[in-house]
Amino acid sequence: MDNSSSQNISTEQLAFLNGLKKRERSVKLCQIFILVAFIAIWELTARFGLIDAFIFSQPSRMLSAAIDMCISGSIFKHIGITLFETVVGFSMGTIIGTAMAIVLWWNSFINDVSEPYLVVFNSLPKTALAPIIIVWLGNNMSSIIATALLTSVIVTVLNVSVGFSSVDNEKIKLIYTFGGTKKQVLTKVILPASVPAIINALKINVGLSFVGVIVGEFLVAKMGLGYLIVYGSQVFKLDWVMLSVVILAILAAFMYKTIVLLEKKIMQWRE
Amino acid sequence: MPPIVELKNISLVYHSKSGETQAIKDVSLSIEEGEFVSIVGPSGCGKSTLLSILAKLLTPTGGKIEIQNGVKIGYMLQKDYLFEWRTILSNACLALEIEKNLTQENKSEVMGLLVKYGLGDFINSKPSQLSGGMRQRAALIRTLALHPDILLLDEPFSALDYQTRLLVSDEISTIIRKEKKTAILVTHDISEAVATSDRVFVLSSRPATIKSVYTIELNIPERTPIKSREAKEFNYYFNKIWKDLDVNG
Repeated sequence: MDNSSSQNISTEQLAFLNGLKKRERSVKLCQIFILVAFIAIWELTARFGLIDAFIFSQPSRMLSAAIDMCISGSIFKHIGITLFETVVGFSMGTIIGTAMAIVLWWNSFINDVSEPYLVVFNSLPKTALAPIIIVWLGNNMSSIIATALLTSVIVTVLNVSVGFSSVDNEKIKLIYTFGGTKKQVLTKVILPASVPAIINALKINVGLSFVGVIVGEFLVAKMGLGYLIVYGSQVFKLDWVMLSVVILAILAAFMYKTIVLLEKKIMQWRE
Repeated sequence: MPPIVELKNISLVYHSKSGETQAIKDVSLSIEEGEFVSIVGPSGCGKSTLLSILAKLLTPTGGKIEIQNGVKIGYMLQKDYLFEWRTILSNACLALEIEKNLTQENKSEVMGLLVKYGLGDFINSKPSQLSGGMRQRAALIRTLALHPDILLLDEPFSALDYQTRLLVSDEISTIIRKEKKTAILVTHDISEAVATSDRVFVLSSRPATIKSVYTIELNIPERTPIKSREAKEFNYYFNKIWKDLDVNG
């Protein structure tokens, strides 16, 4: 029951709502303050020689590096490549992982056989395989994407499988009571019920895919933020390195927000 | 007339790692067209298993099921299991969808049933916006959409609170009688069985066998489950069945 018709809100309720708003505002203010203070302290300590700007860089130098790179346009290429590899990595990781989870759900024999392999493979740091992939696929972008894919695919299989198996058995029985087939159980119950689990996997995969891409770029790339970080550190251009890290943070936040938005859209459409 | 469904010496044995369990032993019963029968028994005696056998979800290890030619079976589970990602209308059409028989004609028939049984304003609502009783009605319409001749009801009211339970069992059995269906209700609630049914089968504890059968004759006009509870004979049947169940422990 929604009784909040605007005229008759009691003064107590009003005070309560104001209190909530106030708290929200304080949280936002503190968050912004921490960021501004961090940048200011960094800038000032570098300016007054308390830290060495040559190895720690400094916000104003990062800004001028960013402006230079914007003018030359190179920064957009780096960002574009890294973004592309990451998006391809986590989308493929989610799609292939979900497909594998479907196979395991369909055939319990394959599921039982593959279980120990999945568990071990899941605990293995996938980036350790990056050099091997580079030897196999060559010194190019497909190696980087393959590394990103590898970091996310197994964890997707495991998470989505848990989603599948948590579907109420009686809901499955319901389909069979209507004379349904196993395929209909999959499409009418298992998949729609597991949409939240799949979106959750997607969220996790954004972060994992970034790890795979950056490690891949460390090793082979001639372009991309990972390359910029490695190259910058080798030629002691710490401005580039720090700038790349900041851009990565912004990209990750942006991508996470996009997924959350997508989640909202899908949930609305599902209703 | 031959019975619409007949079980002949049905038995079922489950196998698991810890051994084998005889769930049902030598159960025979026959049900006439248009009858409303109940099967009562202690919890875990294999009542639901018997329904699964009738619905052909399980194959008995012994015995025979004879169902009249062309007779269709509908099944109602313990909870409504309406899907939250579908509207009430699309939930009610699920069974038709699975049969790949969702024609415009069938869809408008389902719509008609929803309107007829008081869900007309909720066609586009989500299940969570409905009360327990309304959800149960929507679930019944989902099953009725397939035009079943026999309805199997597996404790379909057990998830509801007592008051709703009385009302819903009244509603549902009235709908079933109105639509002239044969119904087999499984329950552990003796009064529910006596109130709704023409005949009551009492099962023993595991392995389930038929302990006794009662033909319920209540001396009241216009029988509905709630009115049945006021009949003089009601307590007689209740006590009889109570004793049968009690002896089994």
